[in-house]
Amino acid sequence: MATQTSQSLGGLGQSVKRKEDVRFIQGKGNYIEDIYLPGMIYGAFVRSPFAHALIKGIDSSAALEVEGVLAVVTAKELAEHNLAWMPTFAGDTQAVLAGDRVLFQGQEVAFVVATSQYTAADGVERVEVDYEELAPVVDPHKSLEMPVIRTDKEDQKDNLIFKWDAGDREATDRIFNEAEVVVSQHTEYQRVHPAPLETCGCVANHDPVTGHTVIYMTSQAPHAHRTVFALVAGHVGLEEHKTRVVAPDIGGGFGNKVPIYPGYVLATVASVLIGKPVKWIETRTENLQSTGFARDYHTTTELAASKDGRIRAMRVRTLADHGAFNAQANPSKWPAGLYSICTGSYDMEAAHVEVNAVYTNKAPGGVAYRCSFRVTEAAYVIERAVDLLARELDMDPVELRRKNFIPKEKFPYRSPTGWVYDSGDYHAAMDKALKIAGYDELRKEQAEKRARGELMGIGISSFTEIAGAGPRKQFDILGLSMNDGAEIRVHPTGTVTARLGVKSQGQGHETTFAQIIAEELGIPSEKIIVEEGDTDTAPYGLGTYGSRSTPVAGGATVLAARRIREKARRIAAHLLEVSVEDVEWKDYQFQVKGVPDKAKTMAEVAFAAYTNVPDGEEMGLETTFYYDPPNFTFPFGTYICVVDIDPGTGEFKIRRFIAVDDAGTIINPMVAEGQVHGGLAEGLAIATMQEIRFDEQGNLLNSSFADYLLPTAVETPDWELGKTVTPSPHHPIGAKGIGESANVGSPQAIVNAVVDALSHLGVTHIDMPITPWKIWQVIQEKGV
Amino acid sequence: MIPSAFEYYAPGSVAEAIALLKTHGDEAKILSGGHSLIPLMKLRFASPAVIIDINGIPGLDYVKEEGGFLKIGALAREASLESSPVVQQKFPLIADVVKVIADPQVRNRATVAGNLAHGDPANDHPAVMLALGAEVELTGPGGSRTLPVSEFFVDLLETALTPEEVLTEIRVPVPPAGSGGAYYKIERKVGDFATIAVGSQVTLDSGGRVTAAGIGLTNAATTPIKATDAEAYLVGKSLDDATLEEAGRLAMAMSDPSSDSRAPAAYKKAMVKELTIRTLKRAAERARGGQA
Repeated sequence: MATQTSQSLGGLGQSVKRKEDVRFIQGKGNYIEDIYLPGMIYGAFVRSPFAHALIKGIDSSAALEVEGVLAVVTAKELAEHNLAWMPTFAGDTQAVLAGDRVLFQGQEVAFVVATSQYTAADGVERVEVDYEELAPVVDPHKSLEMPVIRTDKEDQKDNLIFKWDAGDREATDRIFNEAEVVVSQHTEYQRVHPAPLETCGCVANHDPVTGHTVIYMTSQAPHAHRTVFALVAGHVGLEEHKTRVVAPDIGGGFGNKVPIYPGYVLATVASVLIGKPVKWIETRTENLQSTGFARDYHTTTELAASKDGRIRAMRVRTLADHGAFNAQANPSKWPAGLYSICTGSYDMEAAHVEVNAVYTNKAPGGVAYRCSFRVTEAAYVIERAVDLLARELDMDPVELRRKNFIPKEKFPYRSPTGWVYDSGDYHAAMDKALKIAGYDELRKEQAEKRARGELMGIGISSFTEIAGAGPRKQFDILGLSMNDGAEIRVHPTGTVTARLGVKSQGQGHETTFAQIIAEELGIPSEKIIVEEGDTDTAPYGLGTYGSRSTPVAGGATVLAARRIREKARRIAAHLLEVSVEDVEWKDYQFQVKGVPDKAKTMAEVAFAAYTNVPDGEEMGLETTFYYDPPNFTFPFGTYICVVDIDPGTGEFKIRRFIAVDDAGTIINPMVAEGQVHGGLAEGLAIATMQEIRFDEQGNLLNSSFADYLLPTAVETPDWELGKTVTPSPHHPIGAKGIGESANVGSPQAIVNAVVDALSHLGVTHIDMPITPWKIWQVIQEKGV
Repeated sequence: MIPSAFEYYAPGSVAEAIALLKTHGDEAKILSGGHSLIPLMKLRFASPAVIIDINGIPGLDYVKEEGGFLKIGALAREASLESSPVVQQKFPLIADVVKVIADPQVRNRATVAGNLAHGDPANDHPAVMLALGAEVELTGPGGSRTLPVSEFFVDLLETALTPEEVLTEIRVPVPPAGSGGAYYKIERKVGDFATIAVGSQVTLDSGGRVTAAGIGLTNAATTPIKATDAEAYLVGKSLDDATLEEAGRLAMAMSDPSSDSRAPAAYKKAMVKELTIRTLKRAAERARGGQA
């Protein structure tokens, strides 16, 4: 047998083609909408047209007269089963169906169950709800002065959800008081929506005979969802051992499929009550108007610095709009997520960050839109502020960044807010990006253009990401440790089935986790199947979001494989008739030390594990490993954006976008680049197009893709990618997680570029989304 | 996203379609490309009781030059304009606009006539047809009548079509030699409705003076606008900077855009002027034989 190499195995670092694409590119994926069960019926919601109103009555009689309408469920029926309210991941309660009042436009008021999607829609139209409108709280800045929204909560005396802070307030204030230079900027990180192409939905199938329930759902975290179902509805039969959550193929999640939505609950309730499978699928409008939004962080950021450009301290004051229920998805002990990573890539003496979160009459959410728990907001405020400081000091933004980067010899680095960055080489990533961009030439070109009255800008973002929640001492969701399991079964003929507690929504797990196992076990990745998403088969895990799959489940996979290799080594020694100590793992096989031609492959050992087991050894070759990461991983990078602006119309074109990422060891470069491309497109969308907007009555103004915009190939530039590799010292293969870096790093590069193009006019900031009319307005104001 | 129930008819001739319209009156809607009607129905903003699908009527999908006109049949798709040699050679304004309407998939299905008949000032063809001085043929129970397109748009989503009529043909006069046109659309992303757009058409004499000018404004008011003041002002003039500036100002003065999620009214108004100037310049270059 020829010597195996990483390349021949499809192991680490190989651009193996994605296994899942074989079905996706043929249109043979299996999404929720593809699931049809015999006798299946359909549910659809009656939703509130008002942002804030009392419900005086619900008349379902006309709806029930529609042929095919089987039932209309309201909060009253749910209350009879103690199911009218459910817990959120943030520890709040959320109405499954509105009882006496609605708190946001689009809130779920009644659930119509019918024999077809068509009759369900007709039924929805005929449910008559008598509303009495109340004044809505729309502006988060005024929320604390307005009447209490959450009258259901006895001890809620105002609209404050939480007040949270991190860092050292006194030390920070002291530095600010004595600082030579202070800059301050208010930024509104607008409400956006992850808008996955597949909306949320489920098929719930309760078997009245066995009492078993199968729920096929769009779930980024099937196990966590089942546990919550059992905790909330165990008393009506949804006990964990009788409930199976299956997440089939998922058409994008981006955090939107982390929360539990009323639709999942109602479809399940309806299936239990009626005894038939019930399908519920959101429309695009429903997805945009009622499911987890992201961001909505309104922040004043200040930096204190010395005159020669040494950043000394950072002060951050944020007002967070969480909507009507606090349904954000963050680790339970971290109400503002990992936002205190906001000191970013810079070494400073002190920092203090404070977040006040408020209720408003808007849809609940606060999910991570391709973002590890508020790190996107954090990266935005620091990278904008550093640019502002550069302007104030009349320094090149590159020079200022270089001067303040945490030097590589200072890693592991303890940040002023308490994070311990595992590894980094920020100068290297910056240098590489500058080289690809041809930075000096670009600045020269800019100066020439400026002299001619043309507008060109260069924007930099040198971000630090934090990925891999998380160490279980501090990181849990509703008490569930944020660890993840991996199960590996090596079959007698040397092929492998691996199962994970995370769940791919397009990230390519079936390919990349197979590559990890191939590398560890010397079995070709094409002989390895990776299964996820079925709670009946997968080991426990908290799911995929926050770029945690590779840092956490990847660690579990490596260590499970190594545990298998340990046992395999003993079996190999038995087959080679030498002692275990004389067997080494070399060139992806077991060799007798110093005798390379006396060797056994993993496939040979696997067969022996079922046919020729040494005395004292259990049969079989399989294991499960739960990984508790010792720390987060801290990916980073430098992005450079070059933008040209048409001064007459304010239209702008992103001429170039350079993205140099460092996510440690890369498992599959092609898949990693795909992740970066996707994240960059989303960052571009947030920076230039996307905003969930409301009018003064709390009406959502962009409830379809006609007004909530997704970028196309026309808007996206030809991304220029580069990478540096600084492995994580604590991750078993040094990998860090690449899924979200591009969304974390890119919006501010674009904003910085546009502001840079206009900086000579005295422009210091423009809030996202940056549009031609905003640029035009600024140019008018500056009298050009 | 599911429409209310409706009755569906698929007539085989225009006469049959008109007979159905006569029977069902304003309960009925004509379905051709469906790219305006179906979204409204899916959202239940429109719930017509009767749908008359004219897609099966033969002989209505032509784009041809005949008798000094470019004739566009009721079922001609946007894509057929893109591939029409007449359009490419003689109507740079139409060639411009057809590239910026939605996306290729939509253009394969959506019809030019439907783009006009919907009466939406945000659609792109109305302004273009106004600039080109087109006319429309409306066919009803009593036969056909012809209207200049400038009399076709009555109000927001309201046209001169009666409930019993079908827009059967668009006729665009073939411009004389020395003509050129251009369309400029500001949009939030490719395929979007215009934030604001302007289409201009000019004919120049051998001395570079304007002998005829047409300017149409998209999404600049509740109806598509023909900037007649600017058009009249331009005749007899050379397109120097001061003239362009004044034409832009006159076009802007005729616009009355509203603020919406695309942009504030002030921006749109200013852009009417800017885009009028830009499109006139480009139209003139093309009139002189340039391809810019």
